[in-house]
This record gives sequence, structure tokens and C-alpha cells, in this order.
Amino acid sequence: MRIRGLMILGLAVLATGCSSIEPWVKPYDRENLADPIMVFTRAPISQDFLDHVFESREGSRGATGGGGGGCGCN
Amino acid sequence: MTNKLHVRKGRFAITCFGRSLLGLALTGFLFSANAGVLPEDRADALYFRYDGGGVVIDGPSVLVRKSIGEHVSVSANHYIDMVSSASIDVETSASPYVDERTQSSLSVDFLHGKSMYTLGYVNSDESDYLAKTMFAGISHDMFGDLTTISFGYKRGENEVFRNLKDPNTGVVANDPNFAETMETQSFNVSISQIITKNLVVTGQYEVITDEGFLRSPYRSYRFFTPDLTSQGLLPEQYPNTRSSNAGSFRAKYFLPYRAAIDTMYRFYTDTWGILGHTAELGYVHPLGKWIFEARARYYTQEAADFYQDIFPRANYANFMARDKELATYSAVTAGLGATYEFKIERFPWLAKGSLNLRYDFMTVAYDDFRDATFSIGSFGTPPANPLPPGQEPLYELEANIIQFYISAFF
Repeated sequence: MRIRGLMILGLAVLATGCSSIEPWVKPYDRENLADPIMVFTRAPISQDFLDHVFESREGSRGATGGGGGGCGCN
Repeated sequence: MTNKLHVRKGRFAITCFGRSLLGLALTGFLFSANAGVLPEDRADALYFRYDGGGVVIDGPSVLVRKSIGEHVSVSANHYIDMVSSASIDVETSASPYVDERTQSSLSVDFLHGKSMYTLGYVNSDESDYLAKTMFAGISHDMFGDLTTISFGYKRGENEVFRNLKDPNTGVVANDPNFAETMETQSFNVSISQIITKNLVVTGQYEVITDEGFLRSPYRSYRFFTPDLTSQGLLPEQYPNTRSSNAGSFRAKYFLPYRAAIDTMYRFYTDTWGILGHTAELGYVHPLGKWIFEARARYYTQEAADFYQDIFPRANYANFMARDKELATYSAVTAGLGATYEFKIERFPWLAKGSLNLRYDFMTVAYDDFRDATFSIGSFGTPPANPLPPGQEPLYELEANIIQFYISAFF
């Protein structure tokens, strides 16, 4: 019962947040973020090879993607 | 075939090399772009060479990405590994070998509003390992495109074989009495967030589960014989399942003089007892038509629960491994890269081209993996002055990694 209440509360907060949060970095302020040097992975073909060198030499694996990055603007 | 001889112990290191690429290629496909924009059309041709620890791997890789209309982007990659191996595992138990692996992949991105849907398939083929992987993902931009959230799933089905060499003819072929399977699944979630007009951060979490034949069909563990003065070798014994959790955080910051600095940390843990930490720092500096890049990476891990350099006796435990990638060690990698960008007036369809060169130097220092060539010898030749088992010097690995690639943007 408590978990269900927390879930409802969380969803309510999220729903409220979605409607009220305003983008604090406007599209016209994203010139630096749109610069090609700001992309996490500038050349996927190179980074894929280097990452798989690391993965073959290490016990760890996963969570190595670039995760987007860059401008985020259309 | 008579008098069969195992020639490729240590082969699994290369197999892992291949399998890891599947996951990474997937990661690249899923997270190479923001959700609301199709990735740019480009073509890349790469030559790579890894040389370290007695292993040389080189070959080409070609990647082409092209949009079809305003809502679809297709990406295809073809990759060839040519392997020449005399690694420490091979040196102590077999003879050098050469092999080749080819990998082909195809993925399609569908853009719908601020969402990107991705489907893809990867096929990897080598003489003793076949891997087929499908993957799917979705990314979505929200909060005025300040936030991108992505989910990914992949499933791989692999077939494992064992190669044998006929000592009379020298012909290498699959062992007809050995065929195993392995299945792997991955669940991935990622959130990318613009913090300021100069700072973007990303958090990522991935769960990977494996089930089936997870050890090398070639590698052995070593153990003390009852008199404790000599050693023996027996095939490794691994669990049939493995589940891992990895979480990472990245940040990239635009410096006031048009340069960028980025950092990454990853935490890793799995059901085999491996605990890993990865930290990375990078710097990108454009200068006219040139872009220079410097990068440093540190990695450390604690060994798997069932790893030992040498076991007290044969059949000491249910699971026993001597794969150095499961040992306790730390590694440092430092790299430099240079990109020269150009345009060709005669080719107006070519928006931009670039020539790229990158060099990385990797060094690995093992805490509990010893250089057994000092006691066993190399390729069947015993050492002139053998050391007692367990008293050899700790193993160290150094590798040079070179990449040269040409990129064209359309």
C-alpha cells in the first residue's frame, strides 16, 4: 500500500514537472553545444574499435556508449 | 584425424575481442545521435593495428551511413580481424596461429517526431565462433530537447567450436566432437542532459546476462602437483551463467577558447566477483583545419572469485580459471590523435572530408598473474634455468594501437 502511494506521488510529481519545467538553455544559446568538438564520439568507427580493444583486455563490460551528447537541438 | 593436437589455447581472448565488438557496435548505433535528429550521412574507412603481448591484430573496417528521405537512416559496417597470435597463453601451451574474423552489421533508424527507433542485426564469423546478434532501441528528446532518454535491448546467440590441428598434415579443422552454445542479453538505459550552454552530461546503466558455454575451449588452469615442486595443467572450469551491472557517468565541457574537455567514470560488478573501476580524461583542441585530441584512461579491477594463478591441487574447486582478464590488475592507456579536415571544390556533393591518425599506448600490470614461461617454457621448449611454479615474475603487457581512417560527410 505504501509503495503504491509512493508510486502515485512520484507520477504526480513527474506529471507536474513535465508541464512546468521550462528549458533553461534556449535553442539560441546552444551554439557551443552544437560545435562538432562537443560530440562524445566524433568517429564511431574509431571509438568502436578502441572500446573493443579495452573490453577484450578487461573483465568489465557495458555502459560505454557515448550517450548522445552534442547539441540536443533540432 | 589422429594424434590431434590443441594448437590454439588462448584463442578465447580473440573470441572475446570479437564478441565485445558486437556490443560496442550496438552501443554506437543506439547512442550516436540525439533522438530528434537523424545522424549525418557519412562514410568511414579505417585501418587498425593492435600489437602487444605477442598478439598482432590488424584489418580494415568500413562504415557507411545514409539517410533515405527525412525519417529513415541506414547504417552498414563491414569489419575484418586478421589475427596472428603468440600470446602468453599460447606460448606456454601451444604453437602460434593465424586466423581471420569477419563481421557485418546493418541497422535502421526511424525518426518519428522527437523519437528515434533503431533496429539492427550483426553477424560475426570465425573458424571456431559464430555470433548472431539482434538489437533494438528507442531514444526520445524531451524538456525542450535538453534531455535525451534511451533504452536498448540486444540478444545474441553464439556457437562455440574448437579447432584441432592434425600433426601429420598441419590441417586445422573443427573438432567433430565439440560444439557448444552461448546466449547473451543486454538491457541498457541512458540519459543525456544539457546542464548549461557549455556542459552536457550523460548517465548510463547496463545489465548483461550470459548463459551457456562461457569459458575458453583451449585455456587451462595450472596446479601444484602433490610434491609442490612441479605443476600440471587441466582445462578451465567456469560457471554457466554470468550477470553484470555497469553504470557510467560522462561529462563534456566547452572551454572559453573553443576547445573541449571530457571525463568519464564507470563502475562495474558481476556475479563472478569482478569489481572494476574505469576513469578517463580527454581534451579536444581545434587549430585551423586541424583537430588535435589527447586522452588518458585508467582501469583497475579485482579478480573473479574462481581465479587463481596456480591452484593448490588439481580439482581444487568446482570452478577454476586462469584467464588473465579475470585477474587483479590495473591498466593505463594514453593516446594522441590528429584530424585534418578538407573540402574538394570539384566534388560539391562532398560537404567535408577528413584524414585521421590516432596512436594509443597501453600498459597492463598484473598483480596475481605470473609469467609462466619462466617455469613452463615457450612453445614446448623448457627454459634453461626454470623457476619454481608460483615464483615467476608477475606478467606485464604493453601494446601499441594505431588507427588511420578517412571520413567523408555528405
